[in-house]
Amino acid sequence: MKPLLEINDVSIHFGMRGGLFQAGPTLRAVDNVSLSMNKGETLAIVGESGSGKSTLGYAVAGLRPPTKGSIQINPARPHSSGRDPVQIIFQDPFSALDPRMTVETIVAEPLRLAGVDLSNRRMRVTEVLEQVGMPADAAHRYPHQFSGGQRQRLAIARALIGDPELIVADEPLSALDVSIQSRILNLMGDIREKLGISYFFISHDFGVVRHLADRVAVLYLGRIMEVADADDIFATPSHPYTQALLAAVPRIGRGRRLRGSALKGEIPTPLNPPSGCVFHTRCPRATAICSTERPELLPAPGRSGQLSACHHKD
Amino acid sequence: MELQMAGRDTAPLPAAAATVGSLLEVRDLGVSFATKEGRAQVVTGLNYSIGEGETLGIVGESGCGKTMTSLSLMGLVPPGGRVTGEIRFGGRNLVDQSARDWRSLRGRDIAMIFQEPMTAMNPVMTVGRQIAEVLTVHEGLSTASAFDRAVELLEAVGIPSPNQRARDYPHQLSGGMRQRAMIAMALACKPKLLVADEPTTALDVTIQAQILDLILELQEDTGMSVQFITHNLAVVSELAHRILVMYAGRGVENAPAEKIFDNPLHPYTRGLIATLPDPDRKVDQLFVIPGSLRIQPQRGCRFASRCSLASEICAATEPPMLEVETDHFVACHKVTP
Ligand SMILES: Nc1ncnc2c1ncn2[C@@H]1O[C@H](COP(=O)(O)OP(=O)(O)OP(=O)(O)O)[C@@H](O)[C@H]1O
Ligand SMILES: Nc1ncnc2c1ncn2[C@@H]1O[C@H](COP(=O)(O)OP(=O)(O)OP(=O)(O)O)[C@@H](O)[C@H]1O
Ligand code: SF4
Ligand code: SF4
Ligand SMILES: [Mg+2]
Ligand SMILES: [Mg+2]
Repeated sequence: MKPLLEINDVSIHFGMRGGLFQAGPTLRAVDNVSLSMNKGETLAIVGESGSGKSTLGYAVAGLRPPTKGSIQINPARPHSSGRDPVQIIFQDPFSALDPRMTVETIVAEPLRLAGVDLSNRRMRVTEVLEQVGMPADAAHRYPHQFSGGQRQRLAIARALIGDPELIVADEPLSALDVSIQSRILNLMGDIREKLGISYFFISHDFGVVRHLADRVAVLYLGRIMEVADADDIFATPSHPYTQALLAAVPRIGRGRRLRGSALKGEIPTPLNPPSGCVFHTRCPRATAICSTERPELLPAPGRSGQLSACHHKD
Repeated sequence: MELQMAGRDTAPLPAAAATVGSLLEVRDLGVSFATKEGRAQVVTGLNYSIGEGETLGIVGESGCGKTMTSLSLMGLVPPGGRVTGEIRFGGRNLVDQSARDWRSLRGRDIAMIFQEPMTAMNPVMTVGRQIAEVLTVHEGLSTASAFDRAVELLEAVGIPSPNQRARDYPHQLSGGMRQRAMIAMALACKPKLLVADEPTTALDVTIQAQILDLILELQEDTGMSVQFITHNLAVVSELAHRILVMYAGRGVENAPAEKIFDNPLHPYTRGLIATLPDPDRKVDQLFVIPGSLRIQPQRGCRFASRCSLASEICAATEPPMLEVETDHFVACHKVTP
């Protein structure tokens, strides 16, 4: 069976404004990324701010064409009009929903645009509201009448209405309160089980990633540093960047981080990325070869399924 | 070169001075606002103290009153807000002091840092001049020597090329650098108490770790006390000696950090810990605290509508805060000495 999602050597560049007669510099937000996802699988994308997670997510959702390479979706189910195999939900449940429209109008919009008639739209809205645990009478209310967690449920309902197989979720929990996060996370898990949905899940919370992800891809300056099964990433991270990210995560009552172990410096600008391995300016393990040769994404020693782009990987 | 990945240790926090000398004593603190529906009491009957060199973490969900508690220590509760009770600092009660006394205390004895540094910084003044201004006002330095001192402070908080960065405007710095610059400004006059309101919430974990290390380091150097507010229990476990858990404007549990983590006693604290997904352990379903902070009973325990242990007494009377074990205070009818 073909993978559900195939990202083949995708680069996404932004042209910056230049002078009068010269082209501006190029910002490489995503650089030669290849990834694939099987049906029903959740792939988490992690990495510091500016590493290109959202840009890649938008491309997967079809909102931004790649500059180079291709993205292919191989749906398992036939998709008629109004049924889009890929949907996206965003971080902010407040700005994502138009305050002047009723919940029914918002949630049914993808179907309306596809020309599905009103009675069928209503039936579907009732169905998806139930799937996200909202009462049926929510359909006739307005977004402002709901709390943050409820709005995120509505955003998920809208994503579900087109019967998708893949949902791109761009930090869907980070605007929510801690006691609400676990509920939405459980909901996303239930929906995955019941409807056979896959998530392309962007997050910087490693607790959440541990909970939901089957596989994890670590991005830095638009490049994949490491990609592997979540169990392997957490148990035996191979790449120094993955190790540094995991070491920085505060943990409840587990003793403290080793003082001074924090990764030094900040992520450089993608307008002028470091040569060789892009991580070499901050890497505690860097040697001469790291600043000249770009490391390929290859299996970690003895672990064929764990790919790591590092000259000195574990 | 070994990266100390698994190298979690239990290196002690900078030792807090024996609790003999409390720097700050908050007694029966209340903060209320006039609203259309009458007075909204957003903080009620709050008690805590912070010793010299000690870090208190205040934890709770959005809206529980963490920021209002902090702003009341700075005399910065927004217009319309009324502060009652006592805030004893250096032998004085700050609650009723004049605007002039607040101005001389703020930034000098007590300083505050925020989640969004831009709320504390002037966007049209260079970073160096802003810090220098604090020094000319409070320490009477000349403009030139204040600027030199500002550059030193930027260096002390780990900003590279501090001479150039001092001439930048806040928006020219990255989020992490702005946070460092705000810390430099807060520490310019060596305050005795630093009030930190979610200073790392908007940052990457890597930059968060840097900022937490920086606060620990500065505390070791200066012996200042810290009140650190966050909704993230894992973050406070990095630096708090003591933890106060707040719910709906009240303190519900107050104890040394190890006791809170090893033996949480209040149902809400237990829920907060259980609800967080653990990066080291995968579970099928996460624990969920039912209900919402927004729906609160008028009488009795504020947490009753969400508490699995609630019974009649909980709806009838507010549980008092009791010392149920040595130095472990809990406000719950079902947790008794
Ligand atoms: N439309 C755009 N035009 C120019 N540059 C852009 C554009 N969108 C993103 N970028 C740049 O591309 C890089 C990657 O951005 P992206 O938003 O994908 O990062 P991210 O990993 O999602 O970060 P965050 O965690 O902050 O959301 C950044 O340097 C960003 O400034
Ligand atoms: N000017 C005001 N008038 C009336 N109520 C207010 C005002 N400012 C804040 N409040 C209320 O006071 C309560 C406590 O707010 P506070 O900002 O202290 O919460 P917090 O714990 O800091 O939350 P967060 O984690 O979201 O920052 C909230 O319920 C808020 O709605
Ligand atoms: S290739 Fe070199 S610089 Fe890059 S991660 Fe590996 S050791 Fe570090
Ligand atoms: S007093 Fe009652 S309702 Fe409140 S936390 Fe204790 S058991 Fe729960
Ligand atoms: Mg993003
Ligand atoms: Mg606050």
